[in-house]
Amino acid sequence: MALSREEVEHIARLARLGITEADKDKFCDQLSNILEQFQTLEEVDTNNVLPTAQVTDRQNSMREDNILPSLPQDAVLSNAPWREQEYFRVRAVLEE
Amino acid sequence: MTRAVLERINKVEPAVHSFITVTEDIALKQAEKADELLCKEETTPLTGIPVLIKDVMCTQGTRTTCASRMLENFIPPYNATVVEKLNQCGTVMVGKSNMDEFAMGSSTENSAFFPTHNPWDVDRVPGGSSGGSAAAIAADEALFALGSDTGGSIRQPAGFCSVVGLKPTYGRVSRFGLVAFASSLDQIGPFTKDITDCALVLNAIAGQDSRDSTSSPRPVPDYTRALIPDLHGIRLGVPQEFFGAGIQPDVREILESAIKKLEELGASINRDISLPHTRYALAVYYIIAPSEASTNLARYDGVKYGFSYRDAETMWDNMDATRQFGFGPEVKRRIMLGTYALSAGYYDAYYLKAQKVRTLIREDYARAFEKCDALITPSSPSVPFKLGEKVDDPLQMYLSDICTIPANIAGIPGISIPAGFSDGLPVGMQIMAPQFGEEILLRTAFAYEQATEWHLKKPQVKL
Repeated sequence: MALSREEVEHIARLARLGITEADKDKFCDQLSNILEQFQTLEEVDTNNVLPTAQVTDRQNSMREDNILPSLPQDAVLSNAPWREQEYFRVRAVLEE
Repeated sequence: MTRAVLERINKVEPAVHSFITVTEDIALKQAEKADELLCKEETTPLTGIPVLIKDVMCTQGTRTTCASRMLENFIPPYNATVVEKLNQCGTVMVGKSNMDEFAMGSSTENSAFFPTHNPWDVDRVPGGSSGGSAAAIAADEALFALGSDTGGSIRQPAGFCSVVGLKPTYGRVSRFGLVAFASSLDQIGPFTKDITDCALVLNAIAGQDSRDSTSSPRPVPDYTRALIPDLHGIRLGVPQEFFGAGIQPDVREILESAIKKLEELGASINRDISLPHTRYALAVYYIIAPSEASTNLARYDGVKYGFSYRDAETMWDNMDATRQFGFGPEVKRRIMLGTYALSAGYYDAYYLKAQKVRTLIREDYARAFEKCDALITPSSPSVPFKLGEKVDDPLQMYLSDICTIPANIAGIPGISIPAGFSDGLPVGMQIMAPQFGEEILLRTAFAYEQATEWHLKKPQVKL
């Protein structure tokens, strides 16, 4: 199960992860190696086996819809790398 | 006591490097408050006790970095529920401990800041990802510590450092305020010097939390009542899959002596226990955990908190660069793996397949626990390895969690306790029990501890 450079670039784009040319080569090798190990799962017969997404065996966990105090706005914004008044500031999302 | 611990930290930290942040001011203030409580006799068993918190749990007003450049300057505006609960007990926080970045790793070498060294041999790793917490307890830099365990991150380092490390049942302890790695596997638990302390800390941190919908509504028993130094009537299973070729011979030998001791204490030993899907656990884990991680770590976009690259032209380029420079190599590797496993065309072959095999692993354990009350295995396949030995080989590093991963997949509790030494290097014994079987686990561990002296041995830290 070898990953191509194009695939590595595609995955990095999906993950919004900038990678260098050297990283691409390294990831090709390392990820291919790891994925090869995963092939062992193909031996396992999983017909009629339901997937496990969580292990608590609980259904929904509900509470009363009461209004509780939230964190103050200043506390929430205290770690903002770029702030304008009561807002997180970002570069334009829509391009011209 | 707090002063003594702070002095000890000053003395051994240059050799051990367990702490990312030492919170001396907070500790002295909390110690003063604890003194007042002690005078008023309004105490809990943990009042005034110095504790170290793994730097993956939010501490209001104190930097919480996850050992990542991404969160190097992040100061949480709230406390994790476990931190809140400890504060209510009057504990004294002495610092935040080093770890593998975002808890991804088995040696604490993936910390973006510096590696932690094993107090038993400073040329070796303390295990990981909670290596700072484990090493600090072994080196007497705190009386107990909190860690988190997604695939063994409490138990494997506890074994490597010869301390007690418990991963409770998934849902036993609230995860609110724990920086998320793999949400269906993560669990918080204590590192302590002995089993009695372990039960006391579990009493303090267990219980349902309205802010973590996966926390269990089950009542929390007094775990100290489980500390009975006798194992008559207890059925212990020794699953053959954990004693095979991948396990170092010296580790196997030490475990055999420990099993003999457990038998002398009254337990019946059943070696006819098989968990046939164990060999697939590593692959299941390294699909599920990175998949969940790739989703959880999507939040680090440089907008709300954390490192933010802003010199590129567009928003997307800034986001790509934020993540490129904010994350270290192992975190990137896992984001890539997880993104791939969840991507169109591969979801069924990887993620869904892994979830189905997860069901089979759970069923293995359910069947085993029909025949025995708890399972005995090594905590890791080897003694602590040398710093640098496995950093360039991710697969070798992943294999070091082979004994601990199944408990996370099955959602069951596991504990690692000191079981002996091979050439002066610690070997841990893991005990696993059914979901919410912490009492049987603590009883077995306590009986063994009381009949042995491993937990009393202290490392001579080479300064």
